[in-house]
Amino acid sequence: MKGNEAIAHAAIRCGCDGYFGYPITPQSEILETLALEKPWETTGMVVVQAESELASINMVYGGGATGKRVMTSSSSPGVALMQEGITYMAGAEIPGVIVNVQRGGPGLGTIQPSQGDYFQSTRGGGNGDYNVIVLAPASVQEMADFMDLAFELAFRYRMPSIILSDGIIGQMMEKVVLPPFKARRTDEEVARECPWAATGCRGRKNNILTSLSLDPDFMERHNQHLQEKYRIIREKEVRYQEILTDDADYLIVAFGSAARISQKAIELLRQEGLRVGMLRPITLWPFPTQKIKELASRMKGILCAEINSGQMLEDVLLSVEGLCPVAHHGRMGGMVPTPEEVATAFKEKLINK
Amino acid sequence: MTREEIIEAKNLVYSKPALMNDNPMHYCPGCSHGVVHKLIAEVIEEMGLIDRTVGISPVGCAVFAYNYLDIDWIEAAHGRAPALACAVKRLHPDQLVFTYQGDGDLACIGTAETIHSLNRGDDIAIIFINNAIYGMTGGQMAPTTLLGMKTSTCPYGRQPDLHGFPLKITEIAAQLEGSCYVTRQAVHTVAAINRTRRAIRQAFQNCMEHRGTSLVEVVSTCSSGWKMTPTEANQWMEQHMFPFYPLGDLKNTVTK
Repeated sequence: MKGNEAIAHAAIRCGCDGYFGYPITPQSEILETLALEKPWETTGMVVVQAESELASINMVYGGGATGKRVMTSSSSPGVALMQEGITYMAGAEIPGVIVNVQRGGPGLGTIQPSQGDYFQSTRGGGNGDYNVIVLAPASVQEMADFMDLAFELAFRYRMPSIILSDGIIGQMMEKVVLPPFKARRTDEEVARECPWAATGCRGRKNNILTSLSLDPDFMERHNQHLQEKYRIIREKEVRYQEILTDDADYLIVAFGSAARISQKAIELLRQEGLRVGMLRPITLWPFPTQKIKELASRMKGILCAEINSGQMLEDVLLSVEGLCPVAHHGRMGGMVPTPEEVATAFKEKLINK
Repeated sequence: MTREEIIEAKNLVYSKPALMNDNPMHYCPGCSHGVVHKLIAEVIEEMGLIDRTVGISPVGCAVFAYNYLDIDWIEAAHGRAPALACAVKRLHPDQLVFTYQGDGDLACIGTAETIHSLNRGDDIAIIFINNAIYGMTGGQMAPTTLLGMKTSTCPYGRQPDLHGFPLKITEIAAQLEGSCYVTRQAVHTVAAINRTRRAIRQAFQNCMEHRGTSLVEVVSTCSSGWKMTPTEANQWMEQHMFPFYPLGDLKNTVTK
């Protein structure tokens, strides 16, 4: 099935309570699949087509504030519109999942794939000092697998998490093993696991979920609390995949669809006798800074391959700390590099420079 | 009658609703918010829904509504309260879900969320405080500011060619298929307060019975923003606001 369809099926199967979304190419199959599947008749999952991305993210804010596992999906321009809701959720510590099937920008851009929202996703995206957890799937299987993981992380840390996909992963068809069925949590389970949620104050003091404080002292302490939470996440939740790094002299760092393309480029380069490995960040935030630094200390060079102008490149450079040369190869979205092109760029920029 | 006799429990004719706590209110003297807060507290208690209520507070003067009523609250982004309420009610169909919004929040920045919530017929109650001005930010022009009315961003009075016309969003709400009860009330007299209490009760009942969206507009004063004493503000409201925003039910598909 398509990556977008895998998201929809995985959502139903992982105990998602509600989906709120607005159509936008290239991810409309998510809402379409949910509408066809009618989960409200089986698991009781609510599905609403909202009037805008602004409304859908605020529905996610409302639903998440009651302790429910709720999500939305969109593509780049729509996710730009959602930044208001995402920063409110970060401030009020509301869990929820946002799937971004990226397309090219800026502005209306193109409907074709891009990785141009790396900065937007990994730097918070809205106003204020905050981060969101960012998972980058590189296959249809990971689209399905990351759905439950995104909810688990969002609830573990009471914050939004983003599945940062792109038009390639969303539209391509691959075999996929759907996750085992997990029931939606009961109201009693929600009350137990989310004592902070607004569910009607039964047998407890009332809960207030807000991102507002006019007391500067309180506001600073709240921000320090958020930063401490982010520190723990950087420590505990870094995820990555290493491919052929054991004997490698060189490294390609790539995520999502660029990692799939780069994996093929590595095969081509190895056929020519070049020992190249790959580090694929799965969490873009928290970023595998320490792992890349470790690898950099024994590499002759690193190529950062992306479908953007060099956004993750900044995080790679910060990780490498000058331990080895770092080059970048990127296409600007819509246009996607071929494995041969990545292999050629690798040789030009790191070997025959 | 001695003082001691007067304050005996059996002679009590009025008390503060238990839902209202003792936090000092930030509202200005003469402001309508306090009265409407109290009515909401009374109705929730009357209906026995304290442990089944989620309120959505707005951005504007009522942003701190959650400081005064001891129910569960979610503080929305400016204008988005109906979107939050839509999700909360659909995920918790047995709960009383209401939004509390001012004119800038509901009829300007949140117009789309308001209209689409009413048009979907979300089973929520919307309490709409219309004082024709942005109170919290210091008295700027609102979507409902009357023609000729002076504010800090139309200091020479609202003119249609410069500022457009005041928006009668409640009239629009009444046209939408999803709304079941649309009414316009005020809280400037005891009789008006009692009518508003009945309207809020009706709206909350509709929410619990899944009848569709209810909108209760309360035409209100903003003494500070209007730069009047509370008494003058009430008089001004009767003379100028009521002719343009006439009180009464605009739609009721639920009761006769």
